[in-house]
Amino acid sequence: MADGKKKPNRPVPRVDEESRPFWEACARHELYVQKCRACGTVFYYPRAFCPENLSQDFEWLRCSGKGTVYTFTITRQNQSSGFRNKVPYVMAYVELEEGVRMLTNIVGCDPESVTIGMPVEVTFEDVTPDVSVPLFKPAS
Amino acid sequence: MSISRKAALAGVYEHPLRWAPHKTQYQIMAESARGALDDAGLSIKDVNGLFTSGVGGMGIIALAEHLNLNPDFLDSNSIGGSSFVSHTAHAAAAIAAGYCDVALILYGSKWSSDRFAVGTGGGGSGDPPEQFEGCYGPTTVGDYALAAQRHMYEFGTTSEQLAEIAVTTRKHASLNPHAKFRDLISVDDVLASREVSSPLHLLDCCMISDGGGALVVTSAERARDLRKKPVYLLSAAESCAHTSAGVRDITDAAAKQSGPKAMARAGVSQSDFDMAMIYDSFTITVCITLESLGFCQKGEGGSYVQNGRIGLGGELPINTDGGGLSSNHPGMRGIFLVIEAVKQLRGECGERQVKDCALAFCHGTGGTLGLRHSGASLVLGV
Repeated sequence: MADGKKKPNRPVPRVDEESRPFWEACARHELYVQKCRACGTVFYYPRAFCPENLSQDFEWLRCSGKGTVYTFTITRQNQSSGFRNKVPYVMAYVELEEGVRMLTNIVGCDPESVTIGMPVEVTFEDVTPDVSVPLFKPAS
Repeated sequence: MSISRKAALAGVYEHPLRWAPHKTQYQIMAESARGALDDAGLSIKDVNGLFTSGVGGMGIIALAEHLNLNPDFLDSNSIGGSSFVSHTAHAAAAIAAGYCDVALILYGSKWSSDRFAVGTGGGGSGDPPEQFEGCYGPTTVGDYALAAQRHMYEFGTTSEQLAEIAVTTRKHASLNPHAKFRDLISVDDVLASREVSSPLHLLDCCMISDGGGALVVTSAERARDLRKKPVYLLSAAESCAHTSAGVRDITDAAAKQSGPKAMARAGVSQSDFDMAMIYDSFTITVCITLESLGFCQKGEGGSYVQNGRIGLGGELPINTDGGGLSSNHPGMRGIFLVIEAVKQLRGECGERQVKDCALAFCHGTGGTLGLRHSGASLVLGV
């Protein structure tokens, strides 16, 4: 690019006031979900309150980074920039050991080898110097 | 208070074009308005309720301006493809409440000639969840494919079974002179079409066309004096489904909440329907929606759609116009579900007419099964 900066190779998540702690942790390559102290509900995606009771008394729960593939698709066509040249790629929901499912990509393996139930572990891709996104790869 | 038989669909019109680069979106809506008002025997000056979706944030005001209307009631509820099914319910409620007495529901789109890649493009909403999704390359096809893959894993549903839905729908399209794709296809054709996002093939996906349509809803009393046999709204219900903070069962649709509620409100059950219009963005949408509506047990959608059950002459003919899979899909299809159901209930469908059609179900799905979507259910009868 004209300013000499490297163009991000995927859309950069738009970090907001509710999600900033989550993304700051991702930048340190740590994965967190939230747990309500009032009712015990574990929830994802991140927000500033418990979606069960709107309590703001929650804690950030450090994830083990381990989970299994809940479902997936091998995307073979995506016209949007950032993905047009990435196909085929695997988009998936991973069910974390903490019990919630997150949308992600499965990387580090042949897309054709991905199966539901497959054990996976988190890995991070640095999209910009400040923002890293959690991806998953086959568990070692 | 029950809404049953308080309002009726008095006029419908489906724009015949599937490719309209020479027209504007608002022109398609105006032509559709004229068609539906003619069908009802009303004029544009009778309209005092206006409904639309697929326009800009305040586009409904510009639409009123374009038609030189000053309606007493405006609703541009925008919940994806199901919006117009929802508008029909809202129009009936507004009429029953006395807020308006002739409601015009309009849709027009040029997504095909505008080359809008709705199925395989990107583009974020800017809403809070988008930051946890957009970076992973979701597409409309991919979001539905996530539900299909899980459905296959849990219930043994096969690509062959899903293909039956596309094959049956194409057979119906072959009987609709306006349908875009009318040549018969086989299960093998569907399986041989290229995979867009596994496990969905090209022929598991609806098309993108241009097009539009219009509905005129008025009070039952007024409808009885108009040109066509009134089709009554017996009940309606809406719903939405989303990621549920990380624990939603992706093999359920919002239809599970709205469908049974709409049937209970009308005092009818699944076996009472003569036909159903089920939003068919993808074959898996039909499979999961039929289960969620209770036409079959959960997990049995794949076997339910086989052996002609959902075809003309079958137990529950669906999408008799050829659906989004074969007739038209200008990005949002809800209005066509209602138009075809009304035509069937009036007995105007010619070669594709369902015999003695007296009770129809419409269910619109807007958004995606894999991330978040709306559901809008209607029970219509004569």
